Amino acid sequence: MPSRSIKTSLQKGVYYLSGNEASAEGAIAAGCRFYAGYPITPSSELMERMAFRLREVGGVFIQMEDEIASISAVIGASWAGAKAMTATSGPGFSLMQESIGYAAFTETPCVIVDVQRAGPCTGQATRVGSGDIMQAKWGSHGDYQVIALAPWSVQEMYELTIRAFNLSERYRVPTMVMADEAIGHLRENMVVKEKMEVWDRKKGKGLAPFGTEDEDGIPPMPSFGEGERLAVTGSTHDPYGFRKTDDPEVQSRLVTRINKKISNHRSEIIETEDYFLDDSEFVLIAYGFTSRTSLYVVKSLRKEGMKIGLLRVKTLWPFPEEAVEKVGRRARKVIVPEMNLGQMAGEVRKFCRSDVIPLHQTDGEVIRPETILEILRRVA
Amino acid sequence: MVRAMEKYIRPGVKSTPFCPGCGHGILMGLILRAIDELKMDMKKMVFVSGIGCAAWIPSPHYNGDTLHTLHGRALAFATGVKLYKPELCVMVVSGDGDLSSIGGNHLIHAARRNIDLKVICANNMIYGMTGGQVASTTPKGARTSTTEEGNPYRPFDLCRLVEAAGATFVARYAVTQPVALIRAIKKSLLHAGFSFIEVLSPCPTQFGRRNQSDRPEDMMRDLIERCVLEEEAKGLTEGEMVEKIITGEFRS
Repeated sequence: MPSRSIKTSLQKGVYYLSGNEASAEGAIAAGCRFYAGYPITPSSELMERMAFRLREVGGVFIQMEDEIASISAVIGASWAGAKAMTATSGPGFSLMQESIGYAAFTETPCVIVDVQRAGPCTGQATRVGSGDIMQAKWGSHGDYQVIALAPWSVQEMYELTIRAFNLSERYRVPTMVMADEAIGHLRENMVVKEKMEVWDRKKGKGLAPFGTEDEDGIPPMPSFGEGERLAVTGSTHDPYGFRKTDDPEVQSRLVTRINKKISNHRSEIIETEDYFLDDSEFVLIAYGFTSRTSLYVVKSLRKEGMKIGLLRVKTLWPFPEEAVEKVGRRARKVIVPEMNLGQMAGEVRKFCRSDVIPLHQTDGEVIRPETILEILRRVA
Repeated sequence: MVRAMEKYIRPGVKSTPFCPGCGHGILMGLILRAIDELKMDMKKMVFVSGIGCAAWIPSPHYNGDTLHTLHGRALAFATGVKLYKPELCVMVVSGDGDLSSIGGNHLIHAARRNIDLKVICANNMIYGMTGGQVASTTPKGARTSTTEEGNPYRPFDLCRLVEAAGATFVARYAVTQPVALIRAIKKSLLHAGFSFIEVLSPCPTQFGRRNQSDRPEDMMRDLIERCVLEEEAKGLTEGEMVEKIITGEFRS
């Protein structure tokens, strides 16, 4: 359904959209009112839709001179009070990394959608890949944590974009939607419900914006122009924003808190989905487009009587260690199909006791059911 | 004198971080005087800066909102702030390396968009904080820690660069021209559009000691002798102009 006439967020109903368009609609629904971006395949449709949708809802859109400028403008707008986002793909995601570190260290909410393509480097601009999974976690220097989600459908491009804004606002952390080309360009029906949950950042007058004694670990975040006379810096800072670049205690306390505020809330952040895990001897662990293929394989083999299940990872970071560990306690073999050379398989091995078999594929194509079936026949 | 500006300084700030003889402290005061003369509301001002000595002019010293960003990216951050909250007065104070070298792309594009940012570029013609390396503004032939034989390349003329890119208020003064500089900053604060003021500021520690003199008074005297107004320059011969720096409001 065309939404060119819709002046607000999508109303209850069924919509036929691409993943990229659905993500833009999710952003509008979550209250995103600032977008800065730079064209890059295969994410550009998201920016194009934001350009006219933000005009409709009275938000701000700007096409910047590069991806560094885009994420930087997003962070600036976030401090001005906006729910702000950008979208990109591999090369642009690489350029954004320093600013993502800035957002993590200054605890600036923002959402980055990475519609992954086949890398490294310019790679295959129009082809699919999942090669940015580790970059999402480790892309910027230093110790920090982010949240990264992995949608597997157009529905989830919408829902997880909303969730990304919610988590980003709640935990004051850059949050990534790690989509891929196949999901970004996929068109299918999605359902918009009547109600959805939207979280806004916690404000607070006269309180330290960069430190808290609360166990929660998340200080309030006022905006520019509210009379709080904020001092924001990407250098090591005390709870009031004063640079303390030679104080070991301030450095250690700050770095520890921005990491702990995420790890202490793992159970609230992490989402996985189980399919037939109760009695499974063989388990696929998958995310993104590959989890669709994986579920198809699991369902067809179940019909043949094979005890096989799927753990679908919806939250890439923080990594669902507990769910993976649980799978490892029961399953004989765990197969991790992914469109890279085993980025998540390595992580699964850290927490899974059973035999982990990675299924690598980096040819710019989605993993086909036959490929997974073939490896299963070999190991079963 | 200092006390008069104290209300603009963030409580808790004890002293400036600059080396003896640095011009940035003077500039720090002159910006506040311009703000004071216009009775600007500091609660509605956002000061954005990048990385380097000049980026510490506003951050955290000024008692408004300060956003100390990444090296080169001040203008991109400032663009986001200004577009989302246009009612705020957004000033960018940063150095020559930050704004014109690593941040050069953002500089020409912010100027092209003529977005309402008040940019003050403290130009000491060198990378001060990192140890005196050559900059895109270092004069040809000048010695730096990475050009011991003298800089082989010519520097940017920042004012002509941003004017060509679309800036609608462009001026250059040295910290030795305080009255004219305050006037220019006031005009920039009242100007709707992209304004750019290049402020020549001596760096005795990194530039002076390798080239002219590490004595602050020598560097100040040198600036006073070399900076001529546009009108004065018209009466000088080509030979007389060699060592001169043309100052004034080039576009307003």
